[in-house]
Amino acid sequence: MSHPTRTARHERSGPERVLIALAFVLSALVLVVPVALIFAFALREGFGTYFANILEPNTRHAIWLTVLTALIVVPINMVFGICAAWAVTRFRFPGRNLLITIIEIPFSVSPIVAGVIYLFLYGGQGLLGPTLQGAGIQLMFTVTAIFLVSLFVTAPFVARELIPLMSQQGSEDEEAALSLGANGWQMFWHVTLPNIRWALLYGAVLCNARVMGEFGAVSVVSGSIRGQTNTLPLQISQLFNDFNVTGAFAASSTLAFIALVTLILKALLEGRGWR
Amino acid sequence: MAATASKRRSRHLLPGFGLTLGVTMLYLGIIVVLPLVAMLIKTTSLGWDELWRILTSNRSMAAYRITFGSAFFAMLFNGVFGLLLAWVLVRYEFPGKRFLDALVDLPFALPTAVAGLTLVTLFSNNGWYGQILNPLGLTVNYTQVGIVIAMAFTSVPFVVRTVQPVLEEVQVDLEEAARTLGATRWQVFARVIWPTIMPAFVAGCVLSFARSLGEFGAVVFIAGNLPGMTEIVSLLIYIRLDEYNYSAAAALASVLLVAAFLTLLLTNLLQAWQLRYMERSK
Repeated sequence: MSHPTRTARHERSGPERVLIALAFVLSALVLVVPVALIFAFALREGFGTYFANILEPNTRHAIWLTVLTALIVVPINMVFGICAAWAVTRFRFPGRNLLITIIEIPFSVSPIVAGVIYLFLYGGQGLLGPTLQGAGIQLMFTVTAIFLVSLFVTAPFVARELIPLMSQQGSEDEEAALSLGANGWQMFWHVTLPNIRWALLYGAVLCNARVMGEFGAVSVVSGSIRGQTNTLPLQISQLFNDFNVTGAFAASSTLAFIALVTLILKALLEGRGWR
Repeated sequence: MAATASKRRSRHLLPGFGLTLGVTMLYLGIIVVLPLVAMLIKTTSLGWDELWRILTSNRSMAAYRITFGSAFFAMLFNGVFGLLLAWVLVRYEFPGKRFLDALVDLPFALPTAVAGLTLVTLFSNNGWYGQILNPLGLTVNYTQVGIVIAMAFTSVPFVVRTVQPVLEEVQVDLEEAARTLGATRWQVFARVIWPTIMPAFVAGCVLSFARSLGEFGAVVFIAGNLPGMTEIVSLLIYIRLDEYNYSAAAALASVLLVAAFLTLLLTNLLQAWQLRYMERSK
């Protein structure tokens, strides 16, 4: 909501010019230069080295594992987000506010702590770890642990977008569909889903960015075994520790590219009136 | 009575209550609540003496000081930078505004490990920023300044995104009334605009602080990680895990968890305050 009448008639004042200039200069120094540096360093030894770095087996495996994690985690948290939003916005029941608070919890748990709580559940000294190990199931330091901790970290992303939208939209459309004879699934596919699709996509885009970039939580539970349980952020860290800076930036450039795509999608979705 | 009856009817009109609530509770139970309970059991099994000994050891105390202190300075930077960005984005029209608006979210979209790698390279001796700053005696890498910078970078969007919507709601007629009554530009800001956006601003600062407390990926790259000097709580937890000292890791993790819940409570109270304020001013 800008103020078109006001801005149309007024000349740019001194303070206004200074503030705009300051915002641009600071944003360039804090935000633009770092992104430029990622691509500059990734490509500093030429395209040949760049692609060799990306196709290096351990990095290639890390890319594959990161994509796989996103392909598993994002859809699950989309389904969870839809279920949670439906239950919370369409019905009143005791404990509803508590449920909303629990949905938000993962946002306030820091990455390392998220890893630690999973370790104390499934680890060798954890609550369920010994029992599961007795049954021959090892979860810690496997890709399954990476999936689980990623599910935890990004659980609220879709629900957080859907809950305010669906409570604002109300249930008139859905009630109309039902009274016209639609069954529950028809109502969902033809009424609810089209109404929430942009918010759903918005939440999924943000969820995906976080899943692919999660470092702290994954580093606790993955065991960081090269070529096995290294996601891209862990691989970047190991390449850096091996003094392979160009390799680390080549791997980083893939995630930076995804971050830029995320920002563009986010801006486009916001332009569609969502948010 | 009639109202309750109609409420009850509408509650049962829509399908899927059992299914969606069941899925939600089962999922939250397995993914969110169970691990937290496991952590709680682990921490309480330590006993008070052991817990107290771990939490008050010199190394832990130094880690709190560094973590909370750095998060505080990062918050100060983001308070100023965030308010500036929110102001410029809401109040002015200029070319490149949409680009700037989209750019604000970069720190949330960019993985923290990538941010850490990038910052440590920028501020290294022959890095783009380091080669200017280091001759001036300003060393960033492997000092607490580096921690502050990493924390500040990763939490840029909070203040902007909390202040922006509230600033958009500030009533222009109130401002114009103040101006016609002879108030200066600064007086209008201090007496009309600031009181309205202040709760949101504080909430944004608290969120930024909370995020910085737990930041790990960006910080470990740039901090140097010297015990007592540049070792943050998250890193100390990680080191204790590596040493198989799970009791210490559990105790320290509970400190971060409690801090996180307190800030969550605080931001909820601030949001309630903001809502009351907005209602009253309408």
